[in-house]
Parts: sequence; structure tokens; C-alpha cells
Amino acid sequence: MSSALKKRIGKAVTWALTFLLMLIICMPGLWVVLTGFRPNREVLAKPAVWIPEELSLNNFAQIFGFGAEQVAIPVPAYFTNSLIIALTSTAIAILIGMSGGYAFARFRFRFKDGIFLGLMLSRTVPGIALSLPVFMIWSRIGLIDTKPGLIIVYVALNIPFTIWLIDGFFRQIPKEMSEAAQVDGCTRWQAFWKIEFPLARSGIASAAIFAFLTSWNEYALASQLTRSTDSKTLPVGLMDFTAQFTIDWAGMSAMAVIIIVPALILTFIVQKHLISGLTFGGVKG
Amino acid sequence: MAEIKLQNVVKKYGQLEVVHGIGLDIAHNEFVVLVGPSGCGKSTTLRMIAGLEEISDGTISIGPQVVNELPPRKRNISMVFQNYALYPHMSVRENLGFGLKIAKQPEAVVADRVREAAEILGLEELLERTPAELSGGQRQRVAMGRAIVRHPEAFLFDEPLSNLDAKLRVQMRTEIKKLHQRVKTTVVYVTHDQVEAMTLADRIVVMKDGWIEQVGTPMEVFNHPLNTFVASFIGSPPMNLIDAQITGDKIRLSDGTHLPVPERLENHVREGQEVVFGLRPDDLTPQGHGIAENGHRASVELTVELAELLGTETILYTRINGSEVLGKMFDPRDVSPGERMTFNISLDKVHLFDAQTQKSVRLG
Repeated sequence: MSSALKKRIGKAVTWALTFLLMLIICMPGLWVVLTGFRPNREVLAKPAVWIPEELSLNNFAQIFGFGAEQVAIPVPAYFTNSLIIALTSTAIAILIGMSGGYAFARFRFRFKDGIFLGLMLSRTVPGIALSLPVFMIWSRIGLIDTKPGLIIVYVALNIPFTIWLIDGFFRQIPKEMSEAAQVDGCTRWQAFWKIEFPLARSGIASAAIFAFLTSWNEYALASQLTRSTDSKTLPVGLMDFTAQFTIDWAGMSAMAVIIIVPALILTFIVQKHLISGLTFGGVKG
Repeated sequence: MAEIKLQNVVKKYGQLEVVHGIGLDIAHNEFVVLVGPSGCGKSTTLRMIAGLEEISDGTISIGPQVVNELPPRKRNISMVFQNYALYPHMSVRENLGFGLKIAKQPEAVVADRVREAAEILGLEELLERTPAELSGGQRQRVAMGRAIVRHPEAFLFDEPLSNLDAKLRVQMRTEIKKLHQRVKTTVVYVTHDQVEAMTLADRIVVMKDGWIEQVGTPMEVFNHPLNTFVASFIGSPPMNLIDAQITGDKIRLSDGTHLPVPERLENHVREGQEVVFGLRPDDLTPQGHGIAENGHRASVELTVELAELLGTETILYTRINGSEVLGKMFDPRDVSPGERMTFNISLDKVHLFDAQTQKSVRLG
């Protein structure tokens, strides 16, 4: 066998294996999306219908309350809740993360290392372990089944990570940048907004995406702390499709698509930031 | 244009004192270079003048005003940093105009001043580029441009050339000198390179361990170093320092060689005094290969261990009583290691320092 042929076969095998691996990874996701567009009888058919025969937007229409058949699940309300809770908690987490990250990167203060370590250690506690104490406190002070209740939990969940990520970004910017700006006539505040903030933007953007996705996708805590359309988020709403004896797979999948799509769009838009955000420090600036 | 005055300036980090009450008067339009080994406090001093470090004690004034409490932006100074600190997200034009924009100068003034600075530094072609698209030398020029557009009272340079390669460094050194002649302003320049200090300065401030060791013109510092530290720090290769003792009217070097005490130093030494004998390699030359072979001379026989060819001159490595001593051969011929040669010592150029205080005997 010639070496050129060997190389080509090797390459082909690599591609085949990669394809297989990606198929295994992507299959469940694809199946969910596909199911979202198929009627329930096809989904539940026996023997299974592998190649879809009928694709329609009926499931989505039902969820959103259009057309003849309607699902008695208040998806628009869940969607709004999810959006409000994820956006607000992200905004707050980023604001605090930016201040904290800047402080850790630039200032010297007492117990700095200890505080930083404490923040990182708080990430080691699984969120669900805290759900019971949080539930008890929240029920005492009346935050159960409210948006602020969930927002506070998500802010707390996201802050250590955002501080850590943003700290790394500010650390990467030489402090002479800010000093040069101050000599050039800026106050420290101006130097931050005009020089350091724009330079750390991709880090802040990636921290924001992570915070948003965490809040958007979170299920375990939300399922404990929410009850009604006042605060239930989309992932929790998914469970509404399960009745005592039946599961509306098609409706559930359609809703899963609704959850996935914004996250997917967001990730694509900020892909560039995300990559540079996660590889920071790897490239000499 | 303003004078800068430092009075008894102290810098402490917690308990650690790094600058110990230094005083310095810098005149209008003067080019002052702070030079010293790393950790000597020169950068800290500069940063205190800039307002980037707080002053622990003493006063700093720029012009008539005490600036101790003023933030950098109110001191009307500009600074060139070692790593240039150009704003990477702005074009060269925006970098140059940034300070003026912050000061809310009208667009026309900004454009004018930026054009003027670009012209002085030859940056016209580069105005639309970003710092990432510039070479080291060009970045250096932009950093200087950013300093001059604001017409500040003083320029502060913090080791601006240390990131450049040797050739470019010499070129930029000349440009900085020219720039100072063109834009008459007070300059405080920090470097660890004594050649930069010698070539640029009107006055050199030699620092060590947070103290000022000597202040003077380059010639003063070179010809009349006040102590052994300045003597060995300024000049390349450094001054030879050899232990010696005064016996009668002679200097007895540690190897037993006797040399006459130069007349000008006769009144400054006493019998039996332990001294350090200082002689620059330029003043220890093989017979027939010195610069000016008149004046008082003495001669010694030395064995050359190594010859370093530099073209117009050759550095000769010899040894006196075990310690390495360097000489220079001007208008050189080939020298082979192990060759024994007669060296002339220019007695007019001999330095003597007290062995105990390490200070020039002229001071005592």
C-alpha cells in the first residue's frame, strides 16, 4: 500500500469516527427538535416512525394558544418570567462581578486572597444542597414564588464565576493603561470606562453569556422555589406537560425548542467573544 | 515649562521605606536623568512626581504649586511608559488626541495639535493604524507624541527605550535629545542604562537603595565621582577599584606596586590611610597606545590575560594582586594572551576613595 493511500484511508477513518461521535452527541438534541415538529401520534407510533412523515408548526401554535386545539399551559407567561429573571439576574451579577473583578485585579486590601478563595469554594457546594435552607428562609420572608426570590438566588449562583472570569480579564490589561489615561487627564472613573472597560469587553460579554445561560437553563432550584405563573420559568414549565398517566412528548419537545433557540442564537452572536473569553491568557496580547 | 522641586521626599510601603527623604531641584527646561540599578527607587520617585504613587513624607512641587495631594490629571505633566501603554482599541490619531478630548478641547484644536505632533515625530502616515500594527520604534514615537500634544509642564520618561533592540535604542535616544531641543520642556527621565544617562542628561542623578548618591552634569559625575558606587556605575567598562594604602607620598597598591600620590590629592590623604585606588580603563594604556601621553604618568608591568577587540580600541584584561583590572589600547595592534606589557597610568586621572566610607578623599 502506498503511503499516500494510507494517509487518505487514515483521514477517512478519522472523519468517519468524528461523524459518529458528533452524531451520538447531537442525536438527542436533534430528536427533540424533530419531535417538536411532529404530531403526537407519530411520536408515539408503534412500530416507531423513524423518518418523519408529517412536519408542522401545530405544536407551537398550540403552546402559544393559536388555532383550534390549545394546550392549557401558560407558556407566554413562563417565557416572560424566564426572560425577566435571566436578564435581571445577569445584569446584577455582571455589575457586581465587574466591580469585584476590578477590585481583585487592581487593589490591594486585607484578606484579599482569603475572600477570593472563599468565593471560589462557594462554587464547590452543589446548588441543590442549598435548596432546602433557601426554601425555608424564602418562605419565612415571603420570597417563595416571586421573581425577586429567584433573581437573588441566580445572582448569588453567578457572582463567583463572573468575578473570577472578569478578574482575569482586568489582570490582563497592564495597569499602565489606566495610569496613562490618568496622566492624560482622566479621573480613575473615566479611565475605567474609556480604557479598561472597552479592553475587557469580551471578558465581560462572555461572563454575561454564562450567567444568562445558567439562569435561563436552571431547573433544580427553580422547581423548588416557584409555584405559579407569577414566577415559574420555562424549564420548570416543561414538567406541566406530564400528567398523571400521559406525557405530551410533542408539546414538551416544542417547548424545549423554545428554550433552546434563544440560548443558541445568543451563543452564535457572541461566539467570537466567547472563544476569546475562554482562551484568555493563552495568547500573548 | 516649570521647575520641579523635591524636598525630603519619602516613600514607604507599609513598614518598608524605599525612598529615604531625597531632595532635588530641577530647573526650567532641564533634562534630568535618574539613573541607578533596579530597585534603587528611581521609578518610584518618577511615579511620585507623576502622582501615580502617594508621597509618604516631604513635598513635591511643580512650578509654584505643591502637588502632594493633586491627582495625576491636575499636575499637567505627561508620561511615557516603559511598555508605551498605548490604548490598543484606538487608532494612532485617537491615541494622540485622547488627552485633549478629555480636556474638552475643540475639535479643530485637537486636529491641529495632533497634526503638529505627528509632523514632529514623523507619524503622518501612521495616523489611521492601531498600535498593534506598529513596530516597536513607531509605538515609541506614538507614546512620545501622546506626551507632547498636550504641551505639558514637564515630560516624565520611565525607561522608555528598554524594550527596543540595541540599534533602535541608539536611534530613539538621538530622537529624544532632538525632541527636547525642539520642544523646550522640563524632562525627568529614568533609566538603568548609564550610557543613556550620559548622552541625554543636562544633569544626572545617580541613585542607590533609595538614596541619591550624586547629582551633577555628566562630566562632573564621570570625572569626579563622589564615591565608589558612582565610580563603578558610570562609565563603561567600569572603573578599576583596587585596595591600597597611603605610605609617605606614595600609594601602595595591594600587590606592592608604589605609585606617587597625585599633587591635587596630596592634602586630602593622611599617612597610613586605607584607600580604594580608582582608575578608568581609558587611563591605563599600554605604552604608545594611550590617548594623550603627556601629563604625569607612572608605569606598571602587567600580563594581559585576554584581549577584547572593539575595532578602534581593544580592552585588555589584566590582574593586580588577584583582582581583575581592565586597560584600554587605542590604535590597537594584535595582542596575544600572556603577553607582558608596560602600561601607562595617567596620574592626573587617578581617583582615591576612603576605604572605610567609600567616599572620595576630596570630600574628607
